[in-house]
Amino acid sequence: MSVIAESPPRGAWLGGVARIALPVLLALVVGGLILLALEKNPLEYYAFVVERGLLSWAGLQESITRSAPLLLIAAGLIVAFRAGIWNLGVDGQFLLSAVAAAALAPALAPVLPDWLTLTLSCLLAFAIGALWSVVPALLKARFGINEIITSLMMSFLGISFANVLVKLVFRDPGTTVPQTLTLPVEDRLARLFGSTVNCGVIIAVLAVLLVHLMMTRTAFGLKLQVVGANPRAAVHAGLPVGRLTVATFALSAGLAGLAGAVEVVGVLGTIRADWNPAYGLLVVPLVFLARFNGPAVIAFVFCFAVLQIGGESAARRLGVPHFYVLVLVGLLLLFLAVVEYLDHRRRASRGA
Amino acid sequence: MTEVRQQVMNDSSASAVPAISLTGITKRFPGVLANDAISLDLNAGEIHVLLGENGAGKSTLIAILAGMQQPDSGEIRVRGRPVRIGSPRESLALGIGTVFQHVLLVPSLTVLENLMLGRSWWRPLDRRATLARFQELSRTLGVTIDPDAPVGRLGLGQQQQVEIMRALWRGEGVLILDEPTSMLTPQGVEDLGRVMRRLASQGIAVIFITHKLREAYAFGDRISVLRLGRKVGELPPERLRAMDEAAATHEVVRLMFGTVEGHRGDSETLLARGRHRRKGRVDPATPPVLTLRNVSTHAASGECGLTDVSLELRPGEVLGIAGIDGNGQKHLAEVLAGQRPASAGRIEIDGRDATREDVGQRREHGLSYITDERLGEGTVGPFSVATNLVLKEIGQPPYWRHGITLWQRINELARRTIRQHDVRTPSERTPIAKLSGGNVQKVLLARELGHATRIAVFNKPTYGLDLQNIRLARRRIAEGAAAGLATLLISTELDELLELSDRIAVMYRGRIAGIVENPVAETGSDIELTLGRLMTGAAA
Repeated sequence: MSVIAESPPRGAWLGGVARIALPVLLALVVGGLILLALEKNPLEYYAFVVERGLLSWAGLQESITRSAPLLLIAAGLIVAFRAGIWNLGVDGQFLLSAVAAAALAPALAPVLPDWLTLTLSCLLAFAIGALWSVVPALLKARFGINEIITSLMMSFLGISFANVLVKLVFRDPGTTVPQTLTLPVEDRLARLFGSTVNCGVIIAVLAVLLVHLMMTRTAFGLKLQVVGANPRAAVHAGLPVGRLTVATFALSAGLAGLAGAVEVVGVLGTIRADWNPAYGLLVVPLVFLARFNGPAVIAFVFCFAVLQIGGESAARRLGVPHFYVLVLVGLLLLFLAVVEYLDHRRRASRGA
Repeated sequence: MTEVRQQVMNDSSASAVPAISLTGITKRFPGVLANDAISLDLNAGEIHVLLGENGAGKSTLIAILAGMQQPDSGEIRVRGRPVRIGSPRESLALGIGTVFQHVLLVPSLTVLENLMLGRSWWRPLDRRATLARFQELSRTLGVTIDPDAPVGRLGLGQQQQVEIMRALWRGEGVLILDEPTSMLTPQGVEDLGRVMRRLASQGIAVIFITHKLREAYAFGDRISVLRLGRKVGELPPERLRAMDEAAATHEVVRLMFGTVEGHRGDSETLLARGRHRRKGRVDPATPPVLTLRNVSTHAASGECGLTDVSLELRPGEVLGIAGIDGNGQKHLAEVLAGQRPASAGRIEIDGRDATREDVGQRREHGLSYITDERLGEGTVGPFSVATNLVLKEIGQPPYWRHGITLWQRINELARRTIRQHDVRTPSERTPIAKLSGGNVQKVLLARELGHATRIAVFNKPTYGLDLQNIRLARRRIAEGAAAGLATLLISTELDELLELSDRIAVMYRGRIAGIVENPVAETGSDIELTLGRLMTGAAA
């Protein structure tokens, strides 16, 4: 997959749309065949998902709320992927930061004004996420050790460590199931226009757009893109590749951490032991599908959120297991790769 | 296999039918007519030279013969029979072997192991049969190579001989050599000439592709000239034998360019005869602007590091660095640019210690490095021409303000540069990888040779360029030196070094084997011979 250069190529619109629409269509069709094999009506399932995830008021609110952490993670992934750094440890960064926010916010809420509590919680979460990326970042910068492996390993450690913290350190003594102290609903992120949607989604959309602007309009973003597109050219041009690697990792992981904070101080208010939504690896294919483009990511993440929320309802109603959504995502990735490969072959054979 | 070989030998020696006969070969790529109705006979027992500059259609023609491309129209006959060469495998089965410009052997495997590669996966490796064939071909080539030596330990000339063996492995019919002399020493070129002559005398049709006229005249029985995809002329053996070198050269230049006078520069570049036209005006009393004192570098496996390199470079001077590729030139360039740390020694700019300065700091002091890997590290391929022009200034005014990119200014600069330096590109926003090598080099030269540059390090500045761009690049180097630029010119082209340098240092295994004044002080000594001996370590 080629990284998009500093400005989008002109005139490639139709091809671009086809390369995105085709895998989606193929995934839906093949996914439908699987549903048929399970003796479910695919049309009924898809209609139900759209109805519940998008068209009903409650479902729509839920889908938008769900988009917030996904978008923040996506913003972090865009930064990393465009710089050619494969930060696959977002789940650990997300969860550990969420626990940090869940521990701090209820402690500060009684003494500080809400806005300060929320800001400090978000900052702490960002810092914890960034901190958790330091090991893979330094290993990569100093010794060239593949960050896919190290960030994944740190992710497992982070997830387990977060559980340990919930069960042993920040446990709310008043509950039987281990969980952290609960942030009262009135102290959480403000809700929008009397809906159940909190302003986390605004933070998230802003984050994606800011990241997009940073990548296309600033020196820092261009440096990251040079490192990502041709690391040897970065060395040749005298860019501090090591420092940029650490900065990229910190920013990427920090945004994943922010996603955790938004989920806690916006929606949940507390974290139960063994809670792990594993959003990170779900967002990766979406970011690829959007070709690391900010605005496109917003659209894809929203569609995915609809699919997830609708899929959860469908699981209860139609008896289609909720992980069928994952099957669809898997198919999507597969066809994305196939379409990419065929396109590549076609170009090569044209001798272009 | 034996059967094929037998057949090939019988056919080629039996009759006057050409080994390969091409009629009206046309190949079109989007926007380019790479081969335009080329007709060519390749005769057994003849060394047929294909001359032409880059982009003349030589590579496409080879690719068609090697089975990697299909012609759009035209006919290929092998020993009189019309054939379709659908794949490299089929090409080999027809007895057509190709040796490409770059060595395609596995350095860690032995000679025999390399020769055993490429057979069907289910066939067992048969050492004895391979060794027998190896010895047979060694006799054919008239060379001696240790079959159990790792290929990486062999010299480039010997590696090439192994490549030739591999090309002839399936039958001694036709041998295509694509620019085989580009990485050889003068002596290596002589050896190759002997091997080619020997193969031809045994009835093999040898196709020798080059852009050097002298080699064409020295080794060729027949010369065909390609230009812009067309065959523009042919010198058959009878005519060629009747001419002396000057007359043949004159004729070929006429064929290539239509006229000699109009393209004085082209013919000189082509002839490799532009002997030291540049008048050096270096005052030995001026303090050196760049000094290396006993500089060494660490080398990873497979690389050649520097050992104890000391050099001085004065304003207005061109110091040539000769040597066979891979003798430490890359490390020298990188350690000068600041891309690679020196493990020992000292680098001074204007007498100040600059050993620990990074790329940016050295650039501020006026040092520019024009890399030979134009797309590998010099540019970011998918990025626009405009972005690549400011690649080494990201974040600096006037193109950035408070870290915000001022695209408009960058694009303006790019449009100006494109006009000034005649860069052929659809627009300043075209990805630079879409440009031809010559135009990429123009962009790089524009970026690196700004008015603040005082020291320029060129690494193979004309590598892979066509004649016109070779001439342009060489002229820029000469002009730079005339304007006082201290120039370090790393090159594997001897004629380029002889044309431009005031002194030539020869690198061998990471050391400076010797430094020769150009032209040589004492009369009667042959500078090429001296350099060639230094390059192979013979004169150490």
